Amino acid sequence: MSGPSPASAPDAILLRTSINGDAVSVAVEPHHTLLEVLRYQLDLIGSKQGCDKGDCGACTVQIDGKPALACLTLAVHAEGRAVTTVEGLGDAHGGCHPLQDAFDRHDAAQCGFCTPGILMSADSLLRRNPRPVSRDEVREALAGNLCRCTGYTKILDAVVDASEVMHGHGSDDAKKEVAQ
Amino acid sequence: MLRLPRFGVQTPDTLEDAVAALAQPGARLVAGGTDILPNLKHRLDQPPVLVSLSRVASLREIREEDGNLVIGAGVTLTEIAEHDRVRALFPSVAYAAGVIASPLIRNMGTLGGNVNLDTRCRYVNQTHFWRTAIGGCLKSEGDVCHVVPKGRICVAAMSSDLVPVLGSLGSTLVNQGPDGPRELPLLDYYGADGTAHIKREPGEVTREVRIPLPSTPTRARYAKWTVRKSIDFPLVSVAINVQLASDSVDAEVTGVSVVVGVLGSKPRVVTRLDEVIGRKLSDATVAHTVATRVHAQCKPLENVPYEAPYRRQMIRVFAQRAIEEMVAEG
Repeated sequence: MSGPSPASAPDAILLRTSINGDAVSVAVEPHHTLLEVLRYQLDLIGSKQGCDKGDCGACTVQIDGKPALACLTLAVHAEGRAVTTVEGLGDAHGGCHPLQDAFDRHDAAQCGFCTPGILMSADSLLRRNPRPVSRDEVREALAGNLCRCTGYTKILDAVVDASEVMHGHGSDDAKKEVAQ
Repeated sequence: MLRLPRFGVQTPDTLEDAVAALAQPGARLVAGGTDILPNLKHRLDQPPVLVSLSRVASLREIREEDGNLVIGAGVTLTEIAEHDRVRALFPSVAYAAGVIASPLIRNMGTLGGNVNLDTRCRYVNQTHFWRTAIGGCLKSEGDVCHVVPKGRICVAAMSSDLVPVLGSLGSTLVNQGPDGPRELPLLDYYGADGTAHIKREPGEVTREVRIPLPSTPTRARYAKWTVRKSIDFPLVSVAINVQLASDSVDAEVTGVSVVVGVLGSKPRVVTRLDEVIGRKLSDATVAHTVATRVHAQCKPLENVPYEAPYRRQMIRVFAQRAIEEMVAEG
């Protein structure tokens, strides 16, 4: 049911938002998604363009701290909000978030395409539950993030381990690495 | 990469301004965007302008008023699933909201979007390329139905998880239009034509859903069958609400409401359930009788994945199991 195109293209809109703590003003097309603005206007290519229709979770970012799909968020909906992408995840942790460290130790990233989205969903879980989390909690929190490589086992191991490292009960390997 | 068609976006701050903006020819609403944006990416519509409800704060309240729990249309599905009063008063609503799609979609999708969810069909919710390869259908670019050969009415499925539950609880819907609010029973909002299955008047914006607080002890449950445990739309869905003479599963049933989704374009209210009235809910014949009525009256079509005869068998299974689980929980 494709109708005729509008006679004239709608004007660009000035988007004022915060991305990874930086105030950003950028002119965006009204029909562009937040994902398109992040990747193609701001060169923040950590958030991945997978299915582009909300099924895979590879584009997951946080908006005001809550995980959301950047591919189904109109860029103008980020006006006045705080957007965090995987590029900003480690900012409060000296550049590397304990989750990223744990993914490295557990080989939880294989091709790596789903990893940025999974990190953003997992970080939200760990901030909502500042304690060691269970595998079931991780399963539920990551239920919107597909991984076609790992079979999820190492991802679950890594998120549980990161939560334990952050709350003082990490694996021996993790303690060794943190000590170094 | 699936690109959106070009459109303008307006972001009014109030419901009145949103209603006014919606008067523009071809304008459509967007709230969470999780239903309309994939459909626009698939070129199922090409509106010149989207009216965004993202800044209309008045739609985001949950309150108790005049014997109803009132949930604003802009409340997210996550908020409904986690809300203390919703969980305490209407556990089947909280449960249904919490099993929609994925956590990410629940963080974005709203109640208003879910009750106005477009109907879905295996021949429609595909890319433009896929659809045009089979010549389209009544709901897209063509004039035939691939589900019902020679059918003249679209039978795309009403796939909302919340609508059957809210309907089983006797909820009403309030739409705000240019002439003020209009309240109607939620189940009367849906019609049999999948290309225009909701009776939203021109210029109307859904404001809230009102769920009457129960006056008797009740047991309510929602059963949803999916291929995977996450992301999927239901293959069958059954909402059951039972009124009891006292707060025990050994009490007599004084009323029962069963609403089934994912058949055609509107939810199906199961009838002829009177014979279970007066029996104890824990009497095994209650679950069997309800499941038999559900099976007799609900005939799925080949409009969503999995074969219709199998889905029909599974509706019976899920209806019976839902009541058995109510009894087991006490």
